[in-house]
Amino acid sequence: MNQFDFASALLDPDLPAPAGLTAWNGSDPAHRFRIYRNNVIVSLIDALADTFEVTQQLVGEDFFRAMARVYAYGHPPQSRLMAFYGASFPTFIASFPPAAALPYLADVARLEYLRVVAYHAADLPGIGSDEVAAALAEQATLPTLKVSLHPSLAVLASASAVVSLWAAHQGILELSTVTTDSPETALVLRHGLDVEVMQISPAAGAFISALQSGVSLGQAAAAVAAIEADFDLVGTLGLLLQKSAITAL
Amino acid sequence: MTTIPCFVSPTAGTSAARAAALPARGGLGLKPEHFRTIIETRPDLGFFEIHAENYMVDGGPFHHYLTQIRRDYPLSIHGVGLSIGGEGRLDEDHLDRLATLIARYEPQSFSEHLAWSSHGDIFLNDLLPAPYNAATLHRVCDHIDRVQERLGRRMLLENPATYVEFAASTMAETDFIGEVVKRTGCGLLLDVNNVYVSCTNHGRDPQACIEALPLAAAGQIHLAGYAQDIDAAGAPLLIDSHGAPISRAVWDLYRYTLERTGPLPTLIERDNDIPALPVLLAEAQQAEELLQACLSEAA
Repeated sequence: MNQFDFASALLDPDLPAPAGLTAWNGSDPAHRFRIYRNNVIVSLIDALADTFEVTQQLVGEDFFRAMARVYAYGHPPQSRLMAFYGASFPTFIASFPPAAALPYLADVARLEYLRVVAYHAADLPGIGSDEVAAALAEQATLPTLKVSLHPSLAVLASASAVVSLWAAHQGILELSTVTTDSPETALVLRHGLDVEVMQISPAAGAFISALQSGVSLGQAAAAVAAIEADFDLVGTLGLLLQKSAITAL
Repeated sequence: MTTIPCFVSPTAGTSAARAAALPARGGLGLKPEHFRTIIETRPDLGFFEIHAENYMVDGGPFHHYLTQIRRDYPLSIHGVGLSIGGEGRLDEDHLDRLATLIARYEPQSFSEHLAWSSHGDIFLNDLLPAPYNAATLHRVCDHIDRVQERLGRRMLLENPATYVEFAASTMAETDFIGEVVKRTGCGLLLDVNNVYVSCTNHGRDPQACIEALPLAAAGQIHLAGYAQDIDAAGAPLLIDSHGAPISRAVWDLYRYTLERTGPLPTLIERDNDIPALPVLLAEAQQAEELLQACLSEAA
């Protein structure tokens, strides 16, 4: 037995059990090896089920676990930090033929993964409203101002009603009222200890993404003006401030 | 070992939290679903144990709650991802993360498993067995030497629960562990449930296995529940599930162990089908009653 053979057989149910296994009573060791096989695949599927809870609710447990099994065999973890397992699961779902009838599923999974990332992101205090007000009052330097955002923050622009679908599974909204193919943009961030998911306008999403990419306030505002002439810049900055999501200016 | 009263006031927690070693009391694995209850109710408990890898994150609620809980309770950090029995080299990045976590929380104890869990780039998320022979012994000792050198402290090595044996094994598990302890100076994390599970699975006598382990090096005990299966010949096959209450047989083996080791910090492990905190506290209390009985007999 070497560990390569053992590991290969764990991750490929079609391979025979590795050579060199024995049992004290002469029973077939392959039968015992299946406990390891089962432990590994079930633990990986369980890890995905923990992260992608709403995705599972949308397709049902049987479908989800079958889909997660295919993914886990093809994409076993490459990190010992299991909290972040499944980063490529949404992309896998998008091209998983049996899920093709649910075009929103991959984005719901993306949203759920962003929530996990936000939950464990670094702690960084937000700056106060006085500091923001002072910076905004400096008309001359305002366009070149850089805005640093909280490490938990992410924007997800979706062609589907991703926020409504998520909210419907938190008991916030009635699922039957959701039009799944209506585009929505999600803002995910951790405020204090709680991860929040909010729907924002596509323009606000583009603006926040621009700031996150490191461009100045003036450049971000100009980019958004091309999308929406009457973009509410002050309101969007106010939201970020209220959620302690601006960490430096 | 000093005698610690069974029912200490929770307000005495702060000094207990700073003690040099884990107390010879009952402890529980710290679970996120219990964070708030623990902070609100401050249960009277000897210590908490965390899985190191769960806390290798930048920030957020895990660190927030652990920091608060650490102020009041002694802590054991238990690694599940170092792959000490692995054929490959130890992951130095992972060792660095471990060192950072240990520096941050200053746990009274650090432990890992006699098992492997990674191969190449792949993390298998399970504790896998290795043959007990000279090659494995050499490798495991090298890895433990490196861990103890990098962390600047003694670690405890946990005996495994296994479901197969290897034609390539040339030593008994107990002799193998005894040799590792002798060569590296590491301690033993004696998982009594694993002894019971492995002995059942491999037709050995659990009490004889306890006797054959290097008990003088034991620094902590783990207790857990198992699931029951059968092998291809219909013989019982127990699975270390961490998803059930501790069995009668394991409580009996625990008592048998304490009679030989004296009182030791004892963790109740539950990682699946996690019940409400009071259910686990009752199991920890059950362990404390046996620890107390052990102390009274010694006196």
